[in-house]
Amino acid sequence: MLEFARWKVWAVWAIIAAGIVLSIPSILSEEQLESYPDFLPQSRISLGLDLAGGSYLLLEADEGDLAKQRLTAQEENVQTELRGDPRVRIGDVSTADGRLSFMVRDPAQLDEAVERLRAMTQPVGLTGQRDWNVSVEDSTRIVLTPTAEGELRAIEDAVTVARDVVRRRIDPSGTREVTVRTQGSNRVLVQVPGVEDPEALKALIGRTARLEFKLVDLEANPAQLNAGRAPVGSEIAPYPDAPLGLPFVGYSTADGVPVIALKRRVIVSGDQLANAQQSFDQDGNPVVSLTFNSQGARRFGRVTQENVQKPFAMLLDGAVLSAPNINEPILGGQAQISGNFTVDSANDLAIALSSGKLPVKLDVVEERTVSADLGKDSIEKGAVAALVATLAVLLYMLATYGRFGVYANMALIINAFMILAAMAVFNATLTLPGIAGFVLTIGAAVDANVLINERIREELRRGRKVLDAIKHGYDEASTAIFDANITNTIAAAIMFYFGSGPIRGFAVVLLIGIVTSVWTAVTFTRMMVTLWVRKARPKTIAV
Amino acid sequence: MKLIKLVPDNTNIDFMRFRKIAIALTMALAIAGFVLTGVRGLNLGIDFVGGQSVQADFAQPVEIEELRGKVNGLNLGDASIQQFGSDTAYRIRLPKPEGDEAAANAVVSELRAMLEAEYPGVDVGSGESVSGNVSEELAMDGTLSLVFAMIGIAAYIWIRFEWQFGVGALVTLFHDIGLLLAFFSITQLQVDLNIVAAFLTVVGYTLNDTVVIYDRIRENLRKYRKMGIVELINLSLNETLSRTITTSVALLLAIGALLLFGPEVIFGLTIAIFLGLFIGTYSSIYVSAPLLVFLGVTSDSFVHDEDSEDRQRRDDGAVV
Repeated sequence: MLEFARWKVWAVWAIIAAGIVLSIPSILSEEQLESYPDFLPQSRISLGLDLAGGSYLLLEADEGDLAKQRLTAQEENVQTELRGDPRVRIGDVSTADGRLSFMVRDPAQLDEAVERLRAMTQPVGLTGQRDWNVSVEDSTRIVLTPTAEGELRAIEDAVTVARDVVRRRIDPSGTREVTVRTQGSNRVLVQVPGVEDPEALKALIGRTARLEFKLVDLEANPAQLNAGRAPVGSEIAPYPDAPLGLPFVGYSTADGVPVIALKRRVIVSGDQLANAQQSFDQDGNPVVSLTFNSQGARRFGRVTQENVQKPFAMLLDGAVLSAPNINEPILGGQAQISGNFTVDSANDLAIALSSGKLPVKLDVVEERTVSADLGKDSIEKGAVAALVATLAVLLYMLATYGRFGVYANMALIINAFMILAAMAVFNATLTLPGIAGFVLTIGAAVDANVLINERIREELRRGRKVLDAIKHGYDEASTAIFDANITNTIAAAIMFYFGSGPIRGFAVVLLIGIVTSVWTAVTFTRMMVTLWVRKARPKTIAV
Repeated sequence: MKLIKLVPDNTNIDFMRFRKIAIALTMALAIAGFVLTGVRGLNLGIDFVGGQSVQADFAQPVEIEELRGKVNGLNLGDASIQQFGSDTAYRIRLPKPEGDEAAANAVVSELRAMLEAEYPGVDVGSGESVSGNVSEELAMDGTLSLVFAMIGIAAYIWIRFEWQFGVGALVTLFHDIGLLLAFFSITQLQVDLNIVAAFLTVVGYTLNDTVVIYDRIRENLRKYRKMGIVELINLSLNETLSRTITTSVALLLAIGALLLFGPEVIFGLTIAIFLGLFIGTYSSIYVSAPLLVFLGVTSDSFVHDEDSEDRQRRDDGAVV
């Protein structure tokens, strides 16, 4: 029992010292931390949203929307491919039931068409699966069906892009403490501290921001327009804020919304933007100024050159914002979007446009907001509870075990520092349930010492000498301590694996607390008892 | 200094005398808990059924009916309003809107705007909205995590002890969860994610006592080969009684402080753990230990592999 090597004593103290140094930044306030020496570690425990206040959003990719987009894109790809040399004429194209099917006019070309389309599909993953299945039906129709693997890959890719877009929108300067990450294959998790009403946030994130410039089709006659029918090669788009008296604007007979016919072909889109920012036009109205990249500028220049004195439309997410006339060719790649903007809405649109369009529609499926006041209140009450709990347990241990209680108490206090230190090192987040976990750990941490001390009492009653009883106490209690803590570890680990947000914070504190408390309660107290016994050589002890 | 001893030395309480009646009684209660949960149901929070919830602290006490009228006036569905914590704090819950998910998104903001307009000085502490899909997943995850934790712990005890001990632990866990469910079903306290965390904690911590007692039973089974199992379990329970009580009191002191001084938001979590401690202490003495008798544990249970067990014990000493 008396052996406890000198280097071990130093090692124990060194670990404790490191624990205290690492835990201090988390205890200090922001201002105090600034005067904390720079050469010491500065990392601190971050507070969860339920303590710091802020908004948590879980966004889910609209898989139906993405499937539709893929189908449309695939239709275009197929048309382009088969128009190439040698041309394969097709007809009766259908995108019903989530698959693309069409007839090949010349049956002799069927095999060749299948061959060319198969070559167009992409491999997905390592299994040799491809993103589309190409098959033949009724020996005249070719059917392209998206594979599950292909859809999954598409969702994952879209969500990855969406995550970056969302991040750029919330945090254009890259300086805020926001969390944006993907969760699972189809979700994006967003945490923004300090936000109390998430509506503005959701509006900013949720906007797809698909910007398109298209030529207005002037050949549509008003009757057709009003009935919602577009000429071949054109489409009908709503133009809610259309000024009165424009000759090419019709009014939908169904709901009276102003509508306009547009050529299907996109002149330029948001993908070709180099920059977008809020500014003012010559009359002082807020507008969004756009700068296209070189490719976009070239195309815009060419089309405007060919269509001088004709109107074009600027569309955002399928609705027309404005339809100005092309007074002269626009060659510099600069454009302005006007509309009924305020400075704020123009600014939001500029951010949305310059962050890129969302590749898929995102829906909010979970939302939690906590005010900073409630968070502060929780921290204060939690701190009081932790303090009262600690004092109560300290007094109880002292009254129950005397000197051995003092050692247990020292272990308990060190344990509190070690938990904070470990959380700071692992960059763990403290949540409200985490505070509960901390308090619970304070109560549970003494269990190991209770087991040891009770065992020492027992061994003394059985007539063992002091030294012998202490040694047996520590040795015999160790199995029970080990097994009892494993059960807690299993429960906490499962909680961590399945839990989300605050619950995970609870599990983290429990897990860390189990490890640190076993160390302080067993190794540390053993050292203290050894050092004391070695020095005092007691004949009797009170446990 | 005179030291406190909550449990006198060398107690000799005949716990096992009442084992049949005790186990029958509380097992029936636990089963009733499951049945009650099935019949009467739990007051599931929006975490598990979806919907919207807003917590508001008003400047002065409000008429609940008046508030309900104003909330229902928004036509967002049937509101449920509950007071919690102080007499000015309320939780307003709205059902999941039908149809479009997107429609649900603005509900919390609408409610917040109405409260701020109608009740100047109100502090809207938190607003939550959970969709149907997410709530189903959370409910599934919560259930699975409980099941896995129980099976995992029982399996561990089976490996470390004998199968009877694993089964004993599992039944004890069912017993404890059943009683907790009975409590939540009767009181209709809201069950949210925090409560699942509390249940998992209870699963981990109440088994603490059971493991310590099992450990002592194993030790005594090896030591006293000739002793009858009932007498031996009684001895083990008495030997560990002081530890059981001391640790439980320490835990109750800590959780009690949280219950009295801690934030109201986690009241459900703390009350569940607080109760769980009582249930767990009781069940480690009256459920998990007597079960060993019914499952036929005898002093021979550990004979066949004593050598390997001994080696294991030495290894553990090094680990801890």
